[in-house]
Amino acid sequence: MPLFSHSDYLAILLSLKVAVVATLLSLPFGFAVAYLMTFRRFPGKVGLDVIVNLPLTLPPVVVGYFLLVLLGQHGLIGKWVLQPLGIKLIFTWKAAVVGTAVVGFPLMVRSIRTGMETIDRRLVEASRTLGAGWFDTVMTVIVPLSIRGIIAGSILMFARGLGEFGATIIVAGNIPGVTQTIPLAIYDYVSSPGGDAMAMALCLVSISISVVVLVFHEWLSRRMVRAD
Amino acid sequence: MELHVSAHKQLGTFSLDVDFTVEGDRIGIFGPSGGGKSTLVGLIAGLHHPDRGVVVIDGEPIFDRERGVNIPAEHRRIGMVFQRPHLFPHLSVKGNLLYGFKRCAHRYRKISLDSVVEVLQIDHLLHRGVRNLSGGERQRVAIGRAVLSNPRMLVMDEPLSGLDDNLKFQIIPFLKSVCETFTIPYLFISHSLTEMRIMTDRVLCVAGGRVEAQTTGEQLARDATGDHPSVYMNLIRLKGPRRIDDMCAYPWGEGELLISGASGDEEALFEVSSADIILFRRHPEAISARNLLQCRVSELFNTGGRIGVALDCGGERLVALVVRRAVEDLEIREGVEVYAAIKATAFRQLG
Repeated sequence: MPLFSHSDYLAILLSLKVAVVATLLSLPFGFAVAYLMTFRRFPGKVGLDVIVNLPLTLPPVVVGYFLLVLLGQHGLIGKWVLQPLGIKLIFTWKAAVVGTAVVGFPLMVRSIRTGMETIDRRLVEASRTLGAGWFDTVMTVIVPLSIRGIIAGSILMFARGLGEFGATIIVAGNIPGVTQTIPLAIYDYVSSPGGDAMAMALCLVSISISVVVLVFHEWLSRRMVRAD
Repeated sequence: MELHVSAHKQLGTFSLDVDFTVEGDRIGIFGPSGGGKSTLVGLIAGLHHPDRGVVVIDGEPIFDRERGVNIPAEHRRIGMVFQRPHLFPHLSVKGNLLYGFKRCAHRYRKISLDSVVEVLQIDHLLHRGVRNLSGGERQRVAIGRAVLSNPRMLVMDEPLSGLDDNLKFQIIPFLKSVCETFTIPYLFISHSLTEMRIMTDRVLCVAGGRVEAQTTGEQLARDATGDHPSVYMNLIRLKGPRRIDDMCAYPWGEGELLISGASGDEEALFEVSSADIILFRRHPEAISARNLLQCRVSELFNTGGRIGVALDCGGERLVALVVRRAVEDLEIREGVEVYAAIKATAFRQLG
């Protein structure tokens, strides 16, 4: 087994970092959107549903390109929000986080929604007649009862984030040691002569992480079923 | 408690249009399914809002569209017991019981956990999860949870409909004693005439989204005899039985009632059909019926061609249903003395 180079180690670490940060960053928004879609009726609900789910059906490259246009120096957000704040996003690891978050977001929302839809509405009514306000009800009834969906959604998004390629390569580039994640490193090795062994080694790393994540998820779900 | 509701609510093709004031601490809302009972109590509890109108409890407006008053459900202090218990599955029995109590302002906390647990006899369940409780236990916890939120009023939306007959009459004493012990006024919603008569004093009849009448459970039962295949049922609560052979003798009025097939419980509720009571003008010499009661006719009322004869039996009340010809032949009028015969097997124990 060949020894990994310094930049390979950085790629592994960066993949984990990007996936973790993207997941944590998306969690409150994912929960909020799932809550709105499940419990609230409002105009434009279908529109929100479509926009949230769009990255699921679009090629990640398309998502990446739109983000580049939006967040770039001349983009709507890049020019009017990021530049005045002195934030440079494109071609940094933060851009990889944004790309990963957008692509994985629908998976997270769907999982949380599935969890929320099993909650009996009468429980929400009961908590309100017992004196719990809106936020109180969310924290003491809806969160605990959709916790499995929240965990499943987070793990799914994390796992998806580890493999993000299309959007990342466009918004963050493929800079070894800076924005190069595992999939991008594999891509580099595969397209350079004699890199097959290293590509395979990184693939094994990727598979190992995924297996660990899925086993962890399975273990957690079983524990929760037993706790019931 | 005085409750005034004047409200309109449109729900698809169904419209609720009510305007009433009702006074009392044991108020019933009676009517067929789909008649608007639950919608009405939803408006009172604040779970839905009227399109227009007002809801006033004891002079305090809790909803007034025109004046922009809308106290949210969580601040109305109206406890609810639903048809199914709807306990929080992630909390223990104790966690469920205390959910409302913890959110109740200190100045309103008059009812304590210990007292409710004692009245409902659920102390052995406190540390259990709610998934392993029986149907009756769950509903008792749900009642306790609502009561412990120290509400100004309790709304019970068909709280017994999800239970079988046996369980139903086991829960009723708990419901009654919890409301009496802690003096909480309540609205009791049901489509069961028997429940209305046991649980309420004033009754609002709701059907087709309208309040059709304001009456009493007793009157409702008499009216129902007229156009209903079922006849008026006498409900008799009895205490302190004595065993005689295979029957139970319960003190009632100035004498005793002999009942066959009773469980022998210290306190029990029986029903006996008004059609199963035979009236005599003179004392019959020999008769197989084990109960022969000397009574005075207190009232005659017409129910769809037949006559309801209300009897005063040593301070207790009983209604016998007879045909008009019998009333004429026996010359039954208010004030006359008659003998009422009831077979010991005619009683049915509820619960």
